Amino acid sequence: MNEDPHSKIASAAGRPEFEIEPSDAISIGDVERPLSLVERVVYNESVQRLTVLVVLIAVWELYARWLSNSLLFPTFSETVRTFWGDISNGVLIDRTFTSLRTLALGYGLGLALAALFTTFAVASGVGTRILSTLTAMFNPLPAIALLPLALIWFGLGTPSLVFVIIHSVLWAVALNTLSGFRSVPETLRMSGRNIGLKGARYVGLILIPAAFPSILAGLKIGWAFAWRTLVAAELVFGVSSRSGGIGWYIFEARNDLDTATVFSGLLTVILIGLFVESVIFRALEARTVNLWGMQR
Amino acid sequence: MPPVLLEVNGVTLQYKTPRHLVTATYQVDFSVHQGDRYIILGPSGCGKSTLLKAVGGFMPPVEGSIRIRGREVDAPGPDRMMVFQEFEQLMPWKTVYQNVLFPMKVTRKFTRAEALARTETAIEKVKLTKFRDVYPHMLSGGMKMRVAIARAMALEPDILLMDEPFAALDAITRRAMQQDLLALWDQLHFTVLFVTHSIQEAILVGSRILVLSPHPGRVRAELDASKLDFSNVDMPEFGAMSKRIHNLLFGDEHHRAGSHKEATH
Repeated sequence: MNEDPHSKIASAAGRPEFEIEPSDAISIGDVERPLSLVERVVYNESVQRLTVLVVLIAVWELYARWLSNSLLFPTFSETVRTFWGDISNGVLIDRTFTSLRTLALGYGLGLALAALFTTFAVASGVGTRILSTLTAMFNPLPAIALLPLALIWFGLGTPSLVFVIIHSVLWAVALNTLSGFRSVPETLRMSGRNIGLKGARYVGLILIPAAFPSILAGLKIGWAFAWRTLVAAELVFGVSSRSGGIGWYIFEARNDLDTATVFSGLLTVILIGLFVESVIFRALEARTVNLWGMQR
Repeated sequence: MPPVLLEVNGVTLQYKTPRHLVTATYQVDFSVHQGDRYIILGPSGCGKSTLLKAVGGFMPPVEGSIRIRGREVDAPGPDRMMVFQEFEQLMPWKTVYQNVLFPMKVTRKFTRAEALARTETAIEKVKLTKFRDVYPHMLSGGMKMRVAIARAMALEPDILLMDEPFAALDAITRRAMQQDLLALWDQLHFTVLFVTHSIQEAILVGSRILVLSPHPGRVRAELDASKLDFSNVDMPEFGAMSKRIHNLLFGDEHHRAGSHKEATH
């Protein structure tokens, strides 16, 4: 082919120009149509999650029946029976509430301390570096590893539990909040300062909402750490004062070789975890970061 | 002649990067009168955005002074509302309505009833009434920019500071936004200080144009563009002005072909 530029112009100029009206698009039917019932059911997130649960339960039940050894691996139905039994006689509810009370106290104090630490940290560059160093030091330290120390300092009881929970919550939340604050876009900061916002009002009205996706992630991680730490700590030092928590419930059942009750305790731990994650935090996300388009 | 609103006298601006001390502008003088559409025009890196930030109160000058209505600028304040190029300037956790209302609520410049009424009017002026309860992430770039402009104007600042507000928009939207801004100005005659690197935008939008030299920014010229707008884009005087600015900016390096492309889109 001859690469003469004039021939290219000639070929572009030689073809006829045209203008037309847009054609009628009615022939493909509605431009927008609702999905059919089957499509909606299949794409529904909770339906998908439920399917996973049902399959897991079926596998559990079938395997346990095949094994037929309730000391090693009780069936799902037996676990559920024990679970209901302990709920109706109040033991499990009592244990769960003991755990949740301690958890709420530790989680709350941990959050308050994290808020205090990050407020100091954002106030100055030095503060940021101090907090970064502290979180880098303490975040990888397992809370359970502090339990012996807690026992020496605070003795056998709720204060020790609260101490290890605070440790597990504080650094995770502080780390996330601080990194959230630091990633707030400069333009957004400037438009806040532009209207004269300073100090606590600036943090409360601009930084916290702008960093909310990170803060929420921190709250979720902190909650999971706290719950895990609490159950484990209760297992280690068992009953405090008169009533033990859910960890103690599991530990007691193990001593009695009552595996179905161990399973029912584990089931409770899982159910509470699922509830907090997929009901409480899910609702919080839907009302905030999802609504604002800051997270899908 | 309308009164002088903003006086910039011998302003030198410097900022530090981790490795350098950069002089952004050197002894810049200019004054903006009430009702001006005052453009700061210059090539990339001439310190024009830094100059705007200094007027906004985000950066103290190393020498010289910035006065608004005779009062020294020493901190950011709602009398100088900024409109940025980035869409992140809107608060993603607030609807269009709440975004526009927010500065009036914070500054308490107006009573509550007044603020609500002004919010409605401002949203209507930028033609977003249908989208008032929508969150910013649902809006297009042009719409977000209109919200930012409505938010700034609703507060009725002494001067509107716009930092290349339309640079991130596509060419068609940018043109519409320029026309809308001029239409708003025709109604309200607000004072605006507008930074751009586009010669065409400077002539279309501006009534006065301050031309800055490349790095560090020094004043090269101040021109009157009040008679040039969309109605005479094709006229020879528009082309002549464009050429004049072009020579001011790039005259000394005219032989370098293609170097002007960046500044003329």
